[in-house]
Amino acid sequence: MRYVDEFRDPELITKASDEIRRLADTGKHYRIMEVCGGHTHAIYRFGLKDVLPENIELIHGPGCPVCVLPMGRIDDGLAVAKSADVIFAAFGDMMRVPGAHGSPFEHKARGTDVRIVYSPADALQLARKNPEKHVMFFAIGFETTAPSTALTLMRAKAEDIRNFSVFCNHVTIIPAIRAILDSPDMRLDGFIGPGHVSTVIGCRPYEWIAQNEGKPVVTSGFEPLDLLQSIVMLLRQLRAGEARVENQYKRVVPWEGNRAALKAMAEVFQLRPYFEWRGLGFISQSALKIRDEYASWDAEQRFPIPNTRVTDPKAAQCGEVLKGVLKPAQCKLFGKECTPEHPIGALMVSTEGSCAAYYHYEHRKTAAMVETISSVA
Amino acid sequence: MCLAIPGKIVSLNPDPMHLEACLGTVEVTGVRRKVDLGLLKDDMPAVGEWVLIHVGFAMTKISEQDAMEQMHLLTMLGETEQAIAEVRGYGLDVNDDHVPARAGSSPYAVSDGFVFPKGLPPE
Repeated sequence: MRYVDEFRDPELITKASDEIRRLADTGKHYRIMEVCGGHTHAIYRFGLKDVLPENIELIHGPGCPVCVLPMGRIDDGLAVAKSADVIFAAFGDMMRVPGAHGSPFEHKARGTDVRIVYSPADALQLARKNPEKHVMFFAIGFETTAPSTALTLMRAKAEDIRNFSVFCNHVTIIPAIRAILDSPDMRLDGFIGPGHVSTVIGCRPYEWIAQNEGKPVVTSGFEPLDLLQSIVMLLRQLRAGEARVENQYKRVVPWEGNRAALKAMAEVFQLRPYFEWRGLGFISQSALKIRDEYASWDAEQRFPIPNTRVTDPKAAQCGEVLKGVLKPAQCKLFGKECTPEHPIGALMVSTEGSCAAYYHYEHRKTAAMVETISSVA
Repeated sequence: MCLAIPGKIVSLNPDPMHLEACLGTVEVTGVRRKVDLGLLKDDMPAVGEWVLIHVGFAMTKISEQDAMEQMHLLTMLGETEQAIAEVRGYGLDVNDDHVPARAGSSPYAVSDGFVFPKGLPPE
């Protein structure tokens, strides 16, 4: 119960933890996937594993957009910026992410015009301010950021700003969940559904998981108590032999999602036939492409794209970790060749990746413990 | 990028340069910046209401209590500074007139060609 005492209501945490112990059948082993990288970060930060019984295992899902972006896309984006002399604008999260030929920061040092923006709207503003230059926004993210990119493109079109384009890497969460469920070495009992993605898509898109796959889904908030309550809700369903979609995060997530955001996405994007996910491989209809009506603002249609393919080293077992077959520390490269400072695999790239989260909170704790023990000895 | 930042609407700013005029000023722990309210046009927040912001766009209305809890959560996750840096970084109100700000008048510092909010030097 490392961090729980910092929390406002330790009593409620204890209550929820007791309820989980009461509901969990001691003869069973439960495997629950939290889909969202924000949840993964919170679970490690709050040491939630310490308040859960041993037979409840949390599997960390694919919901970290920086982690699942194939390296080759970064190389492609930077190649366009270099050869076409355009400003490469991206979120700060992207700046240290390595492509095969270096990260955006390293390209900046070599003379490419790379800028950090905090919003796609800022990238458009950059284009307004630099009419003599072309600004390409390197867009990444799930449904939390895709509507903002969509609205920005609608503004660019309405104002007819011609020196702006988007290199679109937006992905959608549902096909990734489907790919994980389809994988033969996967056994899951239920899902903690993403919180902020669900503010956009609502709870309906998860219904097939309950109806067709027979697995309960509970969309959850990010606080320790939210996550524990979501696990209670999942266990109650499992105990009753039910599979439904429930919303624990009602205070923020409307069941129907955000219609204006969904409309903007539908206006600007269409599904790609397939897209590569780092660690998971190609998943059909899992990513967004800019519609032909917006072709003038689509960097992939405006500029020649090298279509770089980079395969991760075979020794990196990201796919197995993503599917919960291996724990981060069980990968051969973990903490040795692959660290947050020098990520080799996808999941070490961002703090929301399960390997990086594990490294920051668990690995360091263990290492510190070893040091204390050896200094005492 | 994945952070949801709670902000209080302090004013609504119709901006003729923007489609549907959906900008608003929010305050996040004392920092005021413009954000885009276009994704809430069906349920526009009023001054004094709270929203959750992702990458410069308000995504959903929340209660004041939930806003406080979200800020507390960011603090506990060690992401408050990053959140403030993100909000400071929103560039929508720096150049309302679309003219680059004069040197010295900008809330941003330029270092190595990058623009950073002042007081937050690059790592």
